[in-house]
Amino acid sequence: MLKILIIGFKDVTLAFRDRAALLLMLAAPLVLTIGLGLVTGRFAVGGSAGGISAIPVVVVDQDGGQLGQALVDTFTSSDLDELLETTTSADPAAARQRVDDDQVAAAVIIPAGFTDSILSGAEASAPAATVQVELYANPTRPTSAGVVQAVVDEFLSRVEIGRVGGQVSVTQLLTSGLIQPQEAAAAGREIGQRQAAASAPVIQLRRATGTAAPAPAFDALAYIAPGMALMFLMYTVSNGGRTLLAERAQGTLPRLLVSPTATAQVLGGKVFGIYLTGVAQMAILIGGSAVMFNLRWGDPLAVGALVLAAVAGATGWGLLITAVAKSPSQVASLGSAVMLTFGILGGSFISLSNLPGWVQVISRITPNAWGLEAFTTLALGGRLADIAVPIGALLAMAVVLFGAAAALFNRQGLVQR
Amino acid sequence: MTAILEARNLVKHYGDVKAVQGISFHIEDGEIFSLLGPNGAGKSTTISMLSTLYAPTSGDALVGGHSITRQPMQVRAVIGVVPQDLALYEDLTAHENLNFWGQMYGMSGQSLRRRIAEVLDQIGLADKATKAVKTFSGGMKRRVNIGVGLLHKPRLLFMDEPTVGIDPQSRRAILDMVKDLNRQGMSVLYTTHYMEEAAELSNRVGIIDHGRMIALGTQPELTQQVGQDETLRLHVAAEADAAALADALRAVPGIKQISTTDHEVVLIVPEAEEALASAVGHANAIGVKIRSVDIQEPNLEAVFLHLTGRALRD
Repeated sequence: MLKILIIGFKDVTLAFRDRAALLLMLAAPLVLTIGLGLVTGRFAVGGSAGGISAIPVVVVDQDGGQLGQALVDTFTSSDLDELLETTTSADPAAARQRVDDDQVAAAVIIPAGFTDSILSGAEASAPAATVQVELYANPTRPTSAGVVQAVVDEFLSRVEIGRVGGQVSVTQLLTSGLIQPQEAAAAGREIGQRQAAASAPVIQLRRATGTAAPAPAFDALAYIAPGMALMFLMYTVSNGGRTLLAERAQGTLPRLLVSPTATAQVLGGKVFGIYLTGVAQMAILIGGSAVMFNLRWGDPLAVGALVLAAVAGATGWGLLITAVAKSPSQVASLGSAVMLTFGILGGSFISLSNLPGWVQVISRITPNAWGLEAFTTLALGGRLADIAVPIGALLAMAVVLFGAAAALFNRQGLVQR
Repeated sequence: MTAILEARNLVKHYGDVKAVQGISFHIEDGEIFSLLGPNGAGKSTTISMLSTLYAPTSGDALVGGHSITRQPMQVRAVIGVVPQDLALYEDLTAHENLNFWGQMYGMSGQSLRRRIAEVLDQIGLADKATKAVKTFSGGMKRRVNIGVGLLHKPRLLFMDEPTVGIDPQSRRAILDMVKDLNRQGMSVLYTTHYMEEAAELSNRVGIIDHGRMIALGTQPELTQQVGQDETLRLHVAAEADAAALADALRAVPGIKQISTTDHEVVLIVPEAEEALASAVGHANAIGVKIRSVDIQEPNLEAVFLHLTGRALRD
């Protein structure tokens, strides 16, 4: 066992001293993550902060009523103070100008009569004329503007539910004779006020879903970063496999095999080295992206378990590629092809949901697809139990591929002829 | 003496290629034994079988009393191997390489650190220990390659053409190191296609060609096989001394031929060492001072040529 660890750690040392390999293991996934993040507008948030936080937004309340104030209160609530950096203004034109000047991600303009239109609509048998809240979005910050829109949409949907509910309630009260027609206006106002008072807590309720924490808005980078990390993990494992054949060619493998070290120990050490290098790569990429991009990967325990399983699955593929290939250069070529194919099939470039059904089925042979699905689940707040199936699939993949590779190695021998 | 290695009819075939065709020999404890032969003769394949890397097609060998086919792990603990091609991790330092390989031989802790320091001194690279091997010259790499092989103080060291492709100075250093290791009690199996190296180092030589051992013995035994006499050159101070000494030696039995050239008397004899004692006695008797002596044995190149009709480097 000790020799397996020694061989493994030696391989990790060698991998991290290989500058060309480091470029592909660490620099390339980070650069591609940044590139795709820029394309998706992920890095347009809050100046240099980088992560989805402190989205600058200006709210203009021309309504002055209860619902208008409730929407302002929502934007300035403590629950959203990390996500949003809200300022208020009385001048819609000035607010729009701030958007045009790229000072804020969006302007939310609550028009005059907004509250009355909702509450009087609840009193009447027919809805009042529509008074719309205006969202003036910054096109250069689509992700941030989308977050602001999600907050406004949520508020309005709750208000709409309250308005319809109030209208129905007043009608039922009139029909059942519990109130007189002249009392309908007062009853409708009372219901509306209760709904208005309840609006903010209802929004909080959605975030909470049983917990005090706000529901995390999905960060595009939480899909891009693991996609890139998993794709270049395939490079790392195939490169690790390549070193097995390279050691055979450069004589260090035969030298190992004439030392008092069993063949199984040598092969085990090489596999451990590939695995350890993959884990180290993933840990660095996850830690690095968390620090550099303020990216939240999710429950650390679950992320750790997923990394271990994903690297195991990928290592299985690396070994199989090595067992099939006849030379280090063949491993490199085959490994690159598999890396790109699995990257596409696994959703590193295009979300799997946008691909045909049969592609989604085939994608299940890749560690990328299972890993990406699980990383996305964790980024959305999932726990270890939520990713049990992907982890199980990755481990099963590892077992099957290790077995196949071991059978091939056993048949052809490491060096013995 | 006891045999530390005994090879019995070793055969290795790669498909239709018969790389080794029934080689038998033994190495005595404390001996330097050379396998001399041209490239492709089967030397490296023989070492690969003896070091348990390749399984023989048939035959067996005992190394330190252990069978290479049935007890490979015990055999590996007895031997050290210096492969023909450099087998090092070039991105690791010399110290890291020695540390890694020492651990592969079960060494650890203080004893490993102490042994690494000794070996680095022995190979003359103590001051380069923390440099990556990839920054070394070819000769320095060769020395690290040897250092790895002797780190665990093996009883028997296999050295497969360790001087190929290096400068004369490094070659000299390696040959001296082999002799030094042997003086310390290490047995050595040395393969080479350089006749001079086999001649300088070996107690006994096996000449191998086309996978067969075509001759085996001490150098005198081998050269006797082809019936060549030795040449004894006696360098004297003056031409007159040479003539006087030549005259004095003509009556000595066993000297087949005497000639003089300038300040030198050249004797053709079956055994130069025996003739030398007699020559020195006669020189002292007539007051001639011998300044230097040069014995030229009929060399191994001639033996190979005689047996195969080809030169070693053909």
